[in-house]
Order: sequence, then C-alpha cells, then structure tokens
Amino acid sequence: MSERKQQVSRRQFLNYTLTGVGGFMAAGMLAPMVRMAVDPVLQPKGEGEFIQVADVSEITTEPVRVNYKIEQVDAWYTSEVPKSAWVYKNENGDIVALSPICKHLGCVVNWEGGEGHENRFYCPCHDGLYEKNGANVPGTPPLAPLDQFKTKIKDGKLYLGEAVPNTEV
Amino acid sequence: MLQKLYDWVDERVDITPMWRDIADHEVPEHVNPAHHFSAFVYCFGGLTFFITVIQVLSGMFLTMYYVPDIENAWNSVYYLQQEVAYGQIVRGMHHWGASLVIVMIFLHTLRVFFQGAYKKPRELNWVVGVLILFVMLGLGFTGYLLPWDNKAFFATQVGLEIAQQTPFIGEEVKTLLAGDPDIVGAQTLTRFFAIHVFFLPAALFALMGAHFVMIRKQGISGPL
Repeated sequence: MSERKQQVSRRQFLNYTLTGVGGFMAAGMLAPMVRMAVDPVLQPKGEGEFIQVADVSEITTEPVRVNYKIEQVDAWYTSEVPKSAWVYKNENGDIVALSPICKHLGCVVNWEGGEGHENRFYCPCHDGLYEKNGANVPGTPPLAPLDQFKTKIKDGKLYLGEAVPNTEV
Repeated sequence: MLQKLYDWVDERVDITPMWRDIADHEVPEHVNPAHHFSAFVYCFGGLTFFITVIQVLSGMFLTMYYVPDIENAWNSVYYLQQEVAYGQIVRGMHHWGASLVIVMIFLHTLRVFFQGAYKKPRELNWVVGVLILFVMLGLGFTGYLLPWDNKAFFATQVGLEIAQQTPFIGEEVKTLLAGDPDIVGAQTLTRFFAIHVFFLPAALFALMGAHFVMIRKQGISGPL
C-alpha cells in the first residue's frame, strides 16, 4: 500500500471535492437568475399581426400616407403605437405599402416633399431621395431601399403586417 | 491555462499575499464542527453572510423586471412571476431569503450573546453587529412594500404609524419616510425602493466590511 505511488493526495482530493461542491452550489444559485435575465433573448419571435388600414378601392397610383395604430404589448404595459405607411398601386395593379422610415438615419420621408423632388420620396433630414418603388437614389445618403410592409387584402380592405426589407427593387 | 493567467498577473501585481491574507488562515479547533459538533453554532454568522449574498444577487436580477411605480409595480411583479422563466424561483429566493436572513442573524446574535463573545475587546464589533441587524430589519421593512399589493400597502401603513409615534418628531419622521404627510402612494414607493436598493445596501456593505475586518484583527473569541 505504502509502496504505491499516491495518485491523488489528500490535499488534492479535498481541493477537488470542495471546489466541486462549491461550484455546484454556486451554479444552483446562479442558474435561475441567469435564466431569468436571458429570458427575453429566448422568447420565440411573435407572428406579425395584420392590421386593417384602408379600403382597397380608395388606393390610387399616387402614394398616400396611411396612418394606423397597432396594439403593442410590452411585458406588463400595453399601448397603442401610431404607425404609418405610403400606399399606392403600381403599374401591375399590385398594392405597395412602403415604410416611411428613411434607411439613412430613421427620419420620416415624404412623397414629393419639396421643390424638384417630383415622383420621388424625399427625406428632409439629409436630402435623401427614393424612387416611387422605394429604391434609394444613388448619390444621396440612404444606402438601402425603403422597407416594405407585408400586405394582405380581404373583403376589399387592405391589411398591413410587419415591415420587411424591400424585395421589389 | 488558468494557472498561467494567475502567474502572469501575480508576477506583475503580486496578488498572492492579498488573498492569502483574506482567505488563508486556520480555523481554530473550538469553532470547527468536525471536532466538536456543538461548534455548529459558529456557522450562523457565515450563513447570514451567505444568504445576504443570495439576497444581493437575486435582488439585482429582480430589478431587471421590477418598476417602482404605483401603476406598474404590481403588474411588473406579476409579469416576472407568471411570464418570465424562473422568475418565480428568483423572487422566491429573495422572498424566503429575506425571512431566513433575519432568522440567521438572530441566531448569530444569540450565540454571541450567550457565549459572552461581545465582551472586551469585541464591544465595538457587537455594536457594528447590532447596526447590521437594524439595517437588515430596515431592508425587510422597505422591501415589503415593493410588490405593491394589499398586504404590502397596509403593512407599510402600520409601520409608518409606528414611526409616527416617535415623541416630538413623529410627524416629520413619517413624512420623511412616506414622502407625503397623508398619502402612502407614489412617493412612498419610490422612496422605499431607493432606500431598499441603494441606501441600506450601501450601509450594509460598509458595516459588514467593518465587521469582518474586526473579526480578522481580533480573532474569534476563545472556547468557553
């Protein structure tokens, strides 16, 4: 017995067991707290809801700004958040709903806002310009086309969903 | 890897004496339950500290969801209990720990009292210990209001009326605590929150620091 080389000394053994037990206790304490803290990250992304915003018959080829409200549930606080979209019919007769949020720094763009911006969306903050289909005009600050709302038509009414990157351009 | 990291730092800043000074010291035989089982009474101080650590940690995490506002306080607590994974557990830890820490600090006080461990030269440490007890009770009192349910509200009502009985300055003491002479409301909740998470913990850490420095300097009182 005494001849054999001791694999683990008494000190090592105590070190390992004490660290192990201590680590286990610390983990048991911290695991619920950390899990609670990261909970928002692990929540499944909610299905985008569609909100009725306008009558399809009223929509022309001229973009109009449509204002609507969505009910936003922010944990224990529920509120109505105002939203808006530029809505028109394109050459194929399809309804297009563009987000008014400029892709440069997030200002709100206007249809034909100001002199010399005919048939374009204009952002007053840094003179950003977009074509009617949302494509950003090269040489102006925005680097991407305007986002597009998901659209749905039911019983002659237009419903808008979440904004997604523009795929038409 | 860890060893290398440690050595690298140690070579430059010489940290070994620092932690040695804090952590590396003999536990006297008469306070070691492995030698005399009755020595478990010496554990209550450490258990108080252990639960305090749990309280601090769970409290920090709870403030990620809690809002000290009369419109939202109850709803935020309800949300964190019902909707957040493990929210119920973390609030449970804080809730039960709050009671347990008072039990432990009380048992620790009893041990020190009945062993006469408060006697010279440790009188000052006894005084600091009693102050820690008061801070703990204050934490319990202010924390009780925060869920903003009926029990919390009326318990605080009673507590404030007790404070109001202070001779001569009762009204002022009550107003100072509640933030309003008549209403237990918005200002009471924000005040209690501030006291619960900033003022009292700061006092607690300072006092605990002093408590531990003194016990290291003076050592644990000898066997009976």
